[in-house]
Amino acid sequence: MNKQVVNKQVVNKQVVKSRSLRPLVFGVLALALLLAAWESYRNWIGPWLGTERNVGTVFGFKLLPRANDLAMPSVFDMAREFGEPQTRGSATSVVEVVAEATLNSLLLALAALAVGVLVGISAAIVMTRFDFVRRGLMPWLVISQTIPLIALAPLTVTWGGQISILGFEWEKWTSAVVLGAFLSFFPIAVGALRGFSSPTSESLELMDSYAASWWSTWRKLRLPAALAYLTPAMRLAASAAVFGVIVSEITVGLTDGVGFLILSYLQEGTSRPAKVYTAIAGTVVLGLAMASLISLGDRYFARHLPKETTA
Amino acid sequence: MTLAVEVIDVHKVFNAGHSQRVEALAAVDVMVGEGEFVSLIGPSGCGKSTLLRLVADLLEPTAGRIAVNGKTPRQARLDQDYGMAFQQAGLFDWRTVAKNIELPLELKGWDKAKRRDRALEMLELVKLPDRADAMPWQLSGGQQQRIAIARALASHPSLLLMDEPFGALDEMTREHMQAELLRICAATKTTVIFVTHSIPEAVYLSDRVVVMSAGPGRITSIVSVGLDRSRDEGTREAKQFYDKITEVREALRGNPVGAGRDDR
Repeated sequence: MNKQVVNKQVVNKQVVKSRSLRPLVFGVLALALLLAAWESYRNWIGPWLGTERNVGTVFGFKLLPRANDLAMPSVFDMAREFGEPQTRGSATSVVEVVAEATLNSLLLALAALAVGVLVGISAAIVMTRFDFVRRGLMPWLVISQTIPLIALAPLTVTWGGQISILGFEWEKWTSAVVLGAFLSFFPIAVGALRGFSSPTSESLELMDSYAASWWSTWRKLRLPAALAYLTPAMRLAASAAVFGVIVSEITVGLTDGVGFLILSYLQEGTSRPAKVYTAIAGTVVLGLAMASLISLGDRYFARHLPKETTA
Repeated sequence: MTLAVEVIDVHKVFNAGHSQRVEALAAVDVMVGEGEFVSLIGPSGCGKSTLLRLVADLLEPTAGRIAVNGKTPRQARLDQDYGMAFQQAGLFDWRTVAKNIELPLELKGWDKAKRRDRALEMLELVKLPDRADAMPWQLSGGQQQRIAIARALASHPSLLLMDEPFGALDEMTREHMQAELLRICAATKTTVIFVTHSIPEAVYLSDRVVVMSAGPGRITSIVSVGLDRSRDEGTREAKQFYDKITEVREALRGNPVGAGRDDR
């Protein structure tokens, strides 16, 4: 019996290892394929179709992008841009600027996610505890997510001069965090609510039979039962936080984030068309960093709380 | 014989005042002596699970009086006077077997070493001493149910309330578990109230079988089994066993035979 269990664990470990490497390999392959497709279109397929003149036009619709440096800068130009100075003659290179902006946005997205998780879980706890709160609050939560972020962003900026709590001033970055949190709390609240409500009535009766308090029942039954529901919710929340932060950087004019950097690099589109892709790469890194963080957390919990299979 | 559980003229109505009003129990009287094994049997909707939950204070009676060990059910629940087992073993997947057994002790505030000792003692009792650190999903259905019984008995309650605990098991495992339960109850001198659908199960396990009927739930008769306490596999083939099965079956059909009938 024991030997079997040990063997099973060893096998599991190997499975986990190959499983963790495979997405990485596929990811790199997919990226390489995308870059190759881009390059071959602009170098060979595009010119062959004659998109530089008008041949990409079918029935008067322009279907294919022009294969020139302005519309489709070379991948190698993009890579070269990282090493170029930020502006002519400046000492800082583009990669430094992008890295710093990405880091700034990452911190904002993390703060947004943290606030979102805190608010989402608190909302789910209250909704689990009081049924009338769940019935009253849930429709509002759903409606809240239909408000376009772009419409809300300028509004939060106007709070700037009005809100000041214990020396804490509302600044533009606060708006970005609030809007990121606004988007990320929802999947957390819904996922946690489902998770907290997942124990069977028999499990709840069992806790009642021990005269366990509501909080003991929450801590020993509802919370551990909800962890399986929280991982997918965290994934959604993390990408929502990134999206919220990037969009609000642009709309509220938060200049030190990577979202705003895209906007300002776009304005150099004619002189340095490849430059904007460095900032786009920054947002990709930002998204990947958030996703990896969630995966790490998930793996930590998975190791400490083995998932059930059939008996 | 001192009484472990007294149920006196208990009524239970669900959704009183609504159109969905259901009279689950009407004028129910049951006395269970200390160390006695009493089964509740009857068709679906006869209120046997409701009666069990009233004794457990998971529900409150609409009228009537219930006492557990001479206390109110609420006080008995707060004192963890009883343990409970359900049809689903309901072990927590994220806890080891030993930690599952320790759950009621944790809630009582026992310290870690004492809890562990008791969990190991209970594992001995249910004959799974080497599975303390296994996870629930590594056990078979019968083993999981044994752990659920160990958990129910962990704080050494004087009363065990069981709601079709073997209902999800296959026939072979089921008979084996019945024998195990009798052995455990004899070893711990626990009083048991046992809800079941199975007539042979009720007869094999019980000192008395309480036969109930539905709409509203009431007790139609109480059959004293009177089998030898030291039951074994031979008991299942004895004539008296079959006679009692017939008696319970007839009582369920509504025309109880005279012998062993217990009019209250």
